[in-house]
Order: sequence, then C-alpha cells, then structure tokens
Amino acid sequence: MNTKLASAALALLASAGAASAEKIQFEYWYGLTGDLGKVVAETCNRFNASQDQYEAVCVGQDGYEKAVQNTIAAFRAGKHPTIVQSFDAGTADLMLSGEFYPVKKLMEDAGLTIDWANYFPGIANYYSASNGDFFSMPFNSSTPVYYYNKDQFAKAGISEAPLTWEGMEAAFKALKASGQDCGLAYAPSTWIDLEQFSMAHNIPVATNDNGYNGLDSELLFNTTLHLTHMENIQRWIGEGSALIRTAQSGKSARDSFIEGECSVFFSSIADHNTVHKLEPAFAWDVQMIPVYEGSARHNTVVGGASLWVLSGKSAEEYKAAANYLAFLATPESEEFWVSNTGYIPVTKTGYDALLAKGFYNNQPYVNRDIALKSLTFTEPGPLTRGIRLGSFIQIRAEWQAEVEAALAGQKTMKEALDTAVARGNDNLKRFAKTYAGKSFP
Amino acid sequence: MRRAYFKFSWVAMALLAPQLLIIFVFFYWPSAQAVYWAFTLEQPWGGGNTWVGFENFRNVLSDPYYWASVRVSVIYALGTTALAMVMAMTLAVFVDRQLAGYKAYRVALIWPYAIAAPAVGLAFRFVFNPNAGILSYVNTVAPGLWDPTQSAAQAVLTVVIAGAWKQVAYSFIFFLAALQSIPRSLTEAAAMDGARPLRRIWDLQLPLLTPTIFFLLVINITDSFTDSFGIVDTLTGGGPFRATDLMVYKIYADGFRGFDYSGAAAQSIILMLLVMALTFVQFRYVERRVHYT
Repeated sequence: MNTKLASAALALLASAGAASAEKIQFEYWYGLTGDLGKVVAETCNRFNASQDQYEAVCVGQDGYEKAVQNTIAAFRAGKHPTIVQSFDAGTADLMLSGEFYPVKKLMEDAGLTIDWANYFPGIANYYSASNGDFFSMPFNSSTPVYYYNKDQFAKAGISEAPLTWEGMEAAFKALKASGQDCGLAYAPSTWIDLEQFSMAHNIPVATNDNGYNGLDSELLFNTTLHLTHMENIQRWIGEGSALIRTAQSGKSARDSFIEGECSVFFSSIADHNTVHKLEPAFAWDVQMIPVYEGSARHNTVVGGASLWVLSGKSAEEYKAAANYLAFLATPESEEFWVSNTGYIPVTKTGYDALLAKGFYNNQPYVNRDIALKSLTFTEPGPLTRGIRLGSFIQIRAEWQAEVEAALAGQKTMKEALDTAVARGNDNLKRFAKTYAGKSFP
Repeated sequence: MRRAYFKFSWVAMALLAPQLLIIFVFFYWPSAQAVYWAFTLEQPWGGGNTWVGFENFRNVLSDPYYWASVRVSVIYALGTTALAMVMAMTLAVFVDRQLAGYKAYRVALIWPYAIAAPAVGLAFRFVFNPNAGILSYVNTVAPGLWDPTQSAAQAVLTVVIAGAWKQVAYSFIFFLAALQSIPRSLTEAAAMDGARPLRRIWDLQLPLLTPTIFFLLVINITDSFTDSFGIVDTLTGGGPFRATDLMVYKIYADGFRGFDYSGAAAQSIILMLLVMALTFVQFRYVERRVHYT
C-alpha cells in the first residue's frame, strides 16, 4: 500500500520534475505515524518550499520497526531510500554493516557546517562513533518522565512529586489512605524499567560498558539494583498500589491515568503533547524518573530515533540529503518540530532560543523541559552513554516476555530475569558470531 | 493403477511455462534461499555470511520455548480445524435443509472469508477485551475471571476462536456444495424409509461427504499452521509471556523484527517439514477411511 502510494507519488513527482526545473530528489523513509507522521511530512514540505534545488520525497513506513525492516528489504534489492529514520535498538546491525554514510562526513563533503558541539552530550554520545563523530543525525528525541495527577496528590497531602522510589512508595500509601486505590498504572517497558533506570542509577546493563567496547558483551541486569526494582514493582502490584495497564489489555497506562483510575504513569516526554490533547479533567504535571535512596542520580539517555544516510546513492542525492539535514538542524526547524510534537530540542542553542522566548512558561509546554533536566543531569559516563548491543530488539522481547510471566505469577522475578539474561546472552553470542572479527566503529 | 502417457510437446511446454515460472520465482527460489540461510549466519544488511552447518537447527531444537511454540501451534491447528469444521458443517446442514431465510444466511456465512486476518484479530480484540469488550460482562459477575492478557489458556482460546471463525466460511462453502451434490432421491428415499434428519446425516450424508471432509481437513490444518500470523499479531502479539507464540509468528518476530534471518530460515524449514509430514500422515492414514464415489 505504502510502496504503491510511494511509487505513484514518485511518478507524479518525476513528471512534475521533468516539466519544471530539474530538482534533485532523494527519498526519506520515516517510521513515525499518526499526528507525528504528519509533522514529519510537514518538515519535508517546509524544506521543499524553502528552496528550489532539492526535493525531499518523504514516505511514511507505518512504524519504526517497519521502517527498518522495509529499508533492509529495499537495500538488499538496491532500491533503498537515501535517508531512513531508525530507532536506537535497530541500528547495531547497520553500524556493523558499514552501509551508511556518517553524517559528520556527509556534511563535510557537502560543504555544510554543523556545530556538532552544540548537541546535548547525552544525545551526541548516543549517536556517535567511539571517536565522537556523529553517525546519524539526532532527530526526534525524548527521555522518560513520570506523569502524576496533581489533584489526587494534593488530596493525599503530597506537596512535592517524589524524586526517589522510597518517596514514590510513601506516595502510593498516602494516596491509598486518601481513597485513591491505584497509585501506579504499570506497563512493563524495557526502555524505562531497565535501560533508563540503569542509566539514572549509573549501573550496568551489560559488560564492556554496555557493549561499547566489544561484541563479546554479557548482560548483567539480573545482578543489579534493577532486580530489586522489578521485585518492588511486583510487590506493589500484589499490594494493589499498582495495576497492570497495557494496550493489549484494552486500557493502556495512559488511558488509566487520564480516566483518573491511577495517579501515576511512566512514559516518554513525547506523550506530554498527547496527554495535553486528551484534556484530563484534573491538574497534572511531570517529574524526572525516581532513583533509589543511596544512589546518586545520573543522566538518562535519549530515546526516539535518528536519521541515517545509507550507502549506495549518487553524489547528487547525498548533496540533497545533506541540505535537508542541515535544514532540520536550523533553530527555526527545531522550534517547529518541538512545538508541534512532544519531543525536546536536541541542541543547546535551540533550547536557549526557546527559553529566551519563554516557550516553556506557556501551556501546553510548561515543564516539558524536565526531560532536558533529566537528560543533562550529569555528564554522560561510561555507563550512561547508552547501550550498544546487538540483537537488542530480541533482548528487549526476552525481558518483556519473562517479566510478564513473573507478573502473572508463573515464576519469581529473579528466575525471570535470570532466564532473560541467559537467553539474551545466547543472542549476543550469535550476533558476535554473525559479525566475527568486526567491532563497533 | 491406470497411467496416461503423453508425447512431449512444445506447445504443452509453452502453455505450462508461465505457471512453472511463477512457481519457481515465488516458491522454489525463495525456498532455496531459505535453505541456504538456514545453514549460515546471514548479516541482515548483506555483507556476507558464515557457514555454520546445522547450528541454527540445533539452537532452535534445543530451545524449550521453541517446543512450547510447536506445542501451541499444534493445539491451535487442531483446535481451529475442529471448531471451524464442526461449525461449518452444522451451518451447511441448516442451509442445505432450506430453513427459513437460508438464502440470506448463505451469503452472510460466506462473508467472513473475505475479511483480512488482521481485521478479524482487531474485531475479536474488542470482543475478548477484559475491560471493555463483550466478555467484560463476565468480569462484572465474577471479577478477574476473564483476562486473556494474564491467562495463557484464555489467550490461546481467543486466538483459536478467532482463527476458527475466519476459517468457517471457507469450509462452509465446500460443505454446502457437497451436501447439495448429494442426489435428492437418496435423502428422499431415506426419509420415506422413516429416517429422521439426524439419522440421515449420520448414515447417509456424512459418509458421502468424507472426500470433502478429508480435503477440508488437509487444507484447514495446513492453513492454520501457515496463515495464523495476522490474527496473532493483532490479537495477542504472541503474548502473554509467549503463550500464543505460534510458529509462524515466531518466525516473523525472530526474522523480521529481530533481524535473525538465519534462525528464522531454520524455523521456516522445520515448519515446512512439519506441514509436509502432517499432510503425508493424513494422506497415508486418514485417506483410507475416505470413500470416493
């Protein structure tokens, strides 16, 4: 369907292009859908309207995963786009394959200057090679926060949104005492419960500094504070302070929060825009994800996706793509993107420009920069740069299935995480064998 | 056994060629590719692969979760096939007896076949939703009784029902056609001898339907092994905790989502062999009981 539309659009553009001045076209496949997908398409329209040399042909691929899957299939057939929006977990294979054009080099070759130091370090580290050069262009960036019902918190006598898990547990008790049974609408999420949790606590997910230093990495999360945390969540569910609310069960954690069923839910800051649009009948706000007492808070890392330029395209297409990426990096584009989505700015100047305008003082943007506070809380260290593991989509799936089994009472949390780690390690070994002799650039 | 011999003819070959080409391009070529990948570790972005012999098969076959997937696939196949065929047969008998309004039923009963599997999954996701669906009334009577997101057995039941519902229409068409091809004179003669409808079904129609039943058995079982993806994907996503991780769904999840092309290829080969073996068993042992007229 999408490809048909795309080819129809291409045919149209081709005929239009032939009629008017010869514009250089390049294809860009993105994964965002719905309202966010429309905003991506709008960035292309803005780019196409801003100049008359290049034309971005932007094609939605119905989800992050499909965008990468379709690109791989197209790549193998030699019909891939110049730019693809890829989510973090999908890029280990791409990095090792080397079938991409690092954006730093692309920009230099195209003669365009980008101030790479301007990117927030938590974002820059995530998308760069070990020597600090950017692989891919940061684009839609987020980090997790928690959303809380201010009215219910006030009724329970909680004046400050807790920043520790101990405080959070006390809040659940206070909420219950005030007649609000469900504190937390919980949906298992590796991204929040494992990856970002580990970053904020400066504890490892895997050896080799979370995989950055070699392919022979092993998972460690069954031995860290993560296990205690998951056991606590399980206990809260048992005590009735938390309810499992997932999209599969028909009511997502966000739905539960908006109905007022539960007082807290965890999600990406990108949901800030959506929650606002859904107009809950109560006052609400966001806060950084909590850490346990006795742990010094560290930075969280960026989530979302970045833009990769693939190999095997013509110099002209690269030039066009470079111009599009440079266009996206302008403060105006950044403001357009940030104000129309729930995402956060990725550059310091972009953020400062928004601050100077008082952007975050007005609804619906108030406190949305809590995410930036979380992202920049400390300078990223060896354990808080991010995670660079192969087969990571499968590792996430193993974690998810095992945690679900534990929450359903089929096994203990310890057994579940042990199994997830053992199976994840098998996946990592397979991955290392597939790319024998290679290492992350 | 009679055999017919034909002389080699270029015209015949020319007429066959397009069909053979299609089968080659869409079946033999990808299958050969899958067999090759199953013995290697393939890098998803191209760039080479490593020959690993039977390692992919060893990995898959030594994985307890893979055997759980095989087990649930067999349950799904038998469950949907039995449910769909019994339902289809019952409905076809009613329509064949030309009960009031049978013409409208006939059309309505064929419709579900035209509905895409993901749409079926979505529709049943609503039906089985523990919080908002039709079955949520069960939970208002007995809270927490129905929750396919927490109960493996209930989750399997939901995919079986949805899968069966989708297959009813196909079987129904065949059953109805077969029932209608039974000469009226036979049923009328039986009726005159005093056989009631149930007796006529049991002694007359069912034995005459055995070729159709056999055909539908083979088709339904094959179909439920290979064509369950859309329903699982939209209804349960393989969960909760892998309870509905059918073999085809696992192939998709490992291969396309997880980029483990080689592991998925090995699983495809195993699935293909399994379906072939099942079909062989059916032809070898079940077909003996079929009476072709």
